[in-house]
Amino acid sequence: MKRVRRFVALAFLLGYGAAIGAEPARLPADQLAKAVRNDSITIPTPGELFAALEKPGKPNWVGQMRGPISTSYKNRAQIALNLGSLIADGFIAVEAKDSQQVKNIGTDIIKMAKALGVSENVLSRGNSINEFAENDEWDALQEELEATQNEVKSSMQSHRDQDLIILVSVGGWIRGTQVVSAAVMQNYDERAAKVLRQPALVNFIESKMNDISPDVRDEPLIKELSGQLPGIEKLVTFPAGKAPTADEVRKVNEAVGKIMSQIQAKESK
Amino acid sequence: MKTSPTPLLAGSSFKNEGRRFRGSGVEGAGRSSRLPQSAARRALNGSMSIFAAIGLAITAAVAAPESDTEVAARKAALDLAGAFSNEGFKMRDGHWSGTIKPKEHALIAVNLYAGNQYWFSVGATEPAKKISINLYDETGKLVQTESYNEGEKAAAGFSPTSSGQYYVLVDLVEGGESSVCLVYSYK
Repeated sequence: MKRVRRFVALAFLLGYGAAIGAEPARLPADQLAKAVRNDSITIPTPGELFAALEKPGKPNWVGQMRGPISTSYKNRAQIALNLGSLIADGFIAVEAKDSQQVKNIGTDIIKMAKALGVSENVLSRGNSINEFAENDEWDALQEELEATQNEVKSSMQSHRDQDLIILVSVGGWIRGTQVVSAAVMQNYDERAAKVLRQPALVNFIESKMNDISPDVRDEPLIKELSGQLPGIEKLVTFPAGKAPTADEVRKVNEAVGKIMSQIQAKESK
Repeated sequence: MKTSPTPLLAGSSFKNEGRRFRGSGVEGAGRSSRLPQSAARRALNGSMSIFAAIGLAITAAVAAPESDTEVAARKAALDLAGAFSNEGFKMRDGHWSGTIKPKEHALIAVNLYAGNQYWFSVGATEPAKKISINLYDETGKLVQTESYNEGEKAAAGFSPTSSGQYYVLVDLVEGGESSVCLVYSYK
């Protein structure tokens, strides 16, 4: 391990090995289209999104927290979406270093996970979240939240709830985008605004939504969500390297805010 | 580092200019779905004993239908990524695993955020002798990265100025058919 570290440090110091040389300058579009895309490595976590947002300056994370949401939804797809959004809330509470809020969110995550009938492994994560929150172990909490999300997805996979996996990711992405766009609106900065450019990601989410079973796809909330994704894809499509304007950020925030309201609406069937 | 001008991609089996990639990629449910998360992190911070390392590998093997070589490739990737955690990088909880034959490639799509720094770490098992990793932007253009290579381990570091989709190309340069695993870290 020490040897690896020494090599890595050396690589950094020497600015070692720029990867340009005999490499192909460009991969053809047909090969790019066939690249592996999957939920576990192609969809970024809320932690990655929030880390990028923080670079120009720490946002007001406390101001981005929301009040408690219902944990008694009946519809499994809606639970999955809200579970994903709650995990994103957990990341926000960690960024805000609010241990009580983290514990509250952890409790709600476990309630929703139970409602979906996930494994005991997931439920034990709740205890870990509480323990880390008690001790202000913020890095460990972030890892635990990611772990919880993956545990939920793994459990869904083993319970043949494949359709719900993408919904957990989508819920997290929508809530994360809502928070980031709101934070950028409050204190516009071009560098922070650049994180909102994710057309390929939304396109991938759309394709995964098209893959879910007709039963779930025909549910009103899922239909509504799927119907709004193409519009959101357009809203997050900016030229590479160019930051969206404040007005463009506002439009993104409105669009994802509208979906988020529908996701957390109690009366959704 | 070497990359073929005609890289072949994961997915289904196909031929292209004499090179063939057998798509055997596995969607990683995330290491934490199989490993005790905090233990994994401690391990990556360098405080793990050899017994803990074995334990992590065994836990992964028991909890999921991974072969020994897949577990070993994953451990190699995690070991390498662990070095970056000392520089403040957080490891993303997810991975891609697959099998690559000599002179073949795997291409994995990731979505990155401007402002973050990333390290992509790949580990392989014997009989792999040398692997390489390169990064391409959404148009397919090779991007300049910092790189690290040590036989069956390789890493590429990159700080995007534009958010969006990028492609990680993993290339088995020398050696026989091997399991490979890709993870990435960010800060």
